[in-house]
Amino acid sequence: MMLALEMYRSPAKFLAAKAVGSRIPGVLTGPAAPLRLVTINEPKADRDGWARIRPILSGICGSDLGMVTGHTKLYFSALVSMPFVPGHEIVGELLEDCEDLPKGTRVVMDSVLTCAARGVEPCESCVAGRTNRCDRITVGHVAPGLQTGFCQDTGGGWGNVMVAHRSQLYAVPDGLSDERAVLTEPLAGAVHTALRAKVEPGQSVLVSGAGAVGLFATLALRELTQAGRITVVAKHPKQRELAKAFGASDVVAPDEVFRGVRRATGAFRLKPELNAKEFLLGGVDIAVDAVGSKDSIDTVLRVTKAGGRVVLAGMPSTGADLSPVWFRELELTGTYASSREEPNDRPAFETALEIAAKAPLDGVVGARYPLYRWREALDHAQSAGRLGTVKVAFDVRAS
Amino acid sequence: MSRPGFVLEVDDRTPPLLVHNGEGFLLERFPLGTRVVYPPEALPPVRDVEEAIQNALLHPLESEPLPELLRPGMRLTIAFDDISLPLPPMKKPDIRQRIIEAVLTMAADAGVDDVELISANALHRRLTPNELRDIVGERVFRSFFPDGKLYNFDAEDAENLTHLGQTRHGEDVEISKRAAESDLLVYVNVNLVAMDGGHKSTSIGLASYKSLKHHHNSHTMIHSRSFMDHKASKMHHSAWRMGEILTEHVKVFQIETTLNNDIFGGPLEFLQKREWEWSIKDQASMLGAKRGLALAPAKARRKIFQDVRANYGLTGIHAGKIEPVHDKTIENVHKQHLVEVQGQSDVAIMGVPFVGPYNVNSVMNPILAACMGLGYYFNSYRGNPIVRKDGAVILYHPVDYEFSQLHHPSYVDFFEEVLSESTDPATIEAKFEKQYAEDPWYIHLYRTSYAYHGVHPFYMWYWISHALDHCGDIVWVGANRKTVERMGFRSASTLQDALEMVSHSVGRSPSITYLHNPPHLLADVR
Ligand SMILES: [Zn+2]
Ligand SMILES: [Zn+2]
Repeated sequence: MMLALEMYRSPAKFLAAKAVGSRIPGVLTGPAAPLRLVTINEPKADRDGWARIRPILSGICGSDLGMVTGHTKLYFSALVSMPFVPGHEIVGELLEDCEDLPKGTRVVMDSVLTCAARGVEPCESCVAGRTNRCDRITVGHVAPGLQTGFCQDTGGGWGNVMVAHRSQLYAVPDGLSDERAVLTEPLAGAVHTALRAKVEPGQSVLVSGAGAVGLFATLALRELTQAGRITVVAKHPKQRELAKAFGASDVVAPDEVFRGVRRATGAFRLKPELNAKEFLLGGVDIAVDAVGSKDSIDTVLRVTKAGGRVVLAGMPSTGADLSPVWFRELELTGTYASSREEPNDRPAFETALEIAAKAPLDGVVGARYPLYRWREALDHAQSAGRLGTVKVAFDVRAS
Repeated sequence: MSRPGFVLEVDDRTPPLLVHNGEGFLLERFPLGTRVVYPPEALPPVRDVEEAIQNALLHPLESEPLPELLRPGMRLTIAFDDISLPLPPMKKPDIRQRIIEAVLTMAADAGVDDVELISANALHRRLTPNELRDIVGERVFRSFFPDGKLYNFDAEDAENLTHLGQTRHGEDVEISKRAAESDLLVYVNVNLVAMDGGHKSTSIGLASYKSLKHHHNSHTMIHSRSFMDHKASKMHHSAWRMGEILTEHVKVFQIETTLNNDIFGGPLEFLQKREWEWSIKDQASMLGAKRGLALAPAKARRKIFQDVRANYGLTGIHAGKIEPVHDKTIENVHKQHLVEVQGQSDVAIMGVPFVGPYNVNSVMNPILAACMGLGYYFNSYRGNPIVRKDGAVILYHPVDYEFSQLHHPSYVDFFEEVLSESTDPATIEAKFEKQYAEDPWYIHLYRTSYAYHGVHPFYMWYWISHALDHCGDIVWVGANRKTVERMGFRSASTLQDALEMVSHSVGRSPSITYLHNPPHLLADVR
């Protein structure tokens, strides 16, 4: 038996949580509370390539919060299996040998449950190493679930024990602290985003949003591309500071984006009649949306130059105005998780581990909570930006 | 006969004194012993202006009379000072109109038919057709404007600029092609302060950014002491060097005029007088104006001030070769503005009024307010600044967060982007100036709308670099705290508070000088 936080309702019902408002404790103590702290059976690792892991630190991701507050799209309801233990940003310790990795190895995990983990014939994407595009995430000998942390059979990082397949695991180098290692998964996502953005040397980039996704994307863009000016949209003082530390050339407030980008790129600023939103002729070469809100997407589409590229790195909401995509012939692209074969011919996780070792990431895990203080933890994560925190994590061993 | 300017020491009989404060004014009681510097009263004007103009054109200094320079088939260009002068604008007819009409009459008599008129606005905003009409008058406007022969200078019109060469200091001289290729360039100037006129007219008024950047930069401006003394101003040295190159290529016939201090008439006449001499009528109009302004909505208040048209009288007009003409001009300007002040003080106090050169018919935004106080008034000295090194300056102006998007689009960005990064002139020059100067959107707005050039707010900021360098403390009374803090200053709600705030650097009983302007004065600090 083990202690774990369990998501136990169908996502459809979580919609009720929306009505309660955005304060997490309201959601969690209300009638629709989808999460509970329980003692349950440990997940089993009785197939080849699978092993048990004891999580050490386990991060709280925006998608976890979306799930809890009912903001995640129904689109995903077919891709999870209830009940499940969330938590896909982990650093943990192997409780038994896992093929070539001996018991006791510290590991991080690519959470996507691909053909290899499911024991099925690899799909076209998996063959090509583009594992985040796997088409078989609901079949095989593992219950449906796009990732560990959304799957009934695997457990997740918000519990004392979970299981993972060798194909998901990367050993953590000795010198790398747990606080840095737990950031590998979101960093891998950022590596994927930066490479998908296909930035040519000297090109200007706008990153909208300075939560973990935006900040790490900024860091990865600086590390992996020869981007020219990187402008980051940040709301809070600590975010502004970190954005600069992570390589932003300049930082603008959300209501200064049009002004800031126009200035930075020498674009022309046009204000249509009535209440229509303004837009730029000219603008950045590439924009990365790391927020997902309608406002943010509307804005990045309007400040990207004709023929430019817009990368959606946050889960997008509906209702954005796509006229600029048509009128400015924008290339619109999404990025989800990360892949084993990236454009730099390496798994994103390997690159991410290198970045985790050298980037200025001390203090990025700004708060650690034991599992039993999960309400405070989620509340903190929900207002992380305002509180000057980038990443909140569960200290699973302390639970 | 008008009385000279003088210095009054505040004692217990001194009434509260008037302080200009943006679109309004207030009455302030100054600490005992404060020295108040009053501008001289308006000099008596020239009686017959037409005769004075004829006389200047027919008997120029070190030059043939104008008619002798005119011949059929020649190319004649008349350039004139733009709307930034005089301040406030003058009652019609504008002196420039009278001179231009006289020049055009002589040109017509000589059979000259290739004539163009250019507003020498350098990187200032274009003048609207109505503003051009106000300067040149209805007749000239109607004869030249529709055919495109009366127009604003365009410093970004590469095809219509000519590079005349470099000075021995490597400064580029690039000016209006039409002016450069003219057989005669007549410049019509209005000299309100000693800074204007001379070689500044043509080699700055008709020049491009490429040329202007050689002297409109933080280094030159910090070393210009003062701008009101062209022999001590680095900026002027540069302009004079450029003038040498320019006059090698083009024959310039310079016409300079000087105006007296007769600024406020009608219901605002009391602003012109010394407080203890206010009649009952003056006091009534002061109270009426004060109450009216307090009650008037912002728009109406602005209109009251923007409609002020000064009653200036002409105090002199000289024409001919630039240098001797300008010497005469300076003589006249000094006669009107100079006030002898004995020694520097610990604190200087200045009220910033509603109008400056760059917000005529517009808003005095925070940067312009700073420039007016710390660029113009602070630099209004000869010899030494009115305040000692590391002393304090206390200014009055509301410094509201208010910008004209039409006239000052780059100012908004400068305030938000540049000043939030640094207020140090040299730093922002190195990091931001080029970008702003070359921004295509600002260039577009400068050329086709009525916007100041993108680089203009930098120049305004460089203007104040001497004050920033010289003063230990700069405090604004009654100003918006956020806007002055963004500019690196402090704000106080009263004069008492301001004096308290600066007491750590100037002590608890500092010597204080209040510059009682406008009307304009030039402190001759001995
Ligand atoms: Zn995640
Ligand atoms: Zn697959």
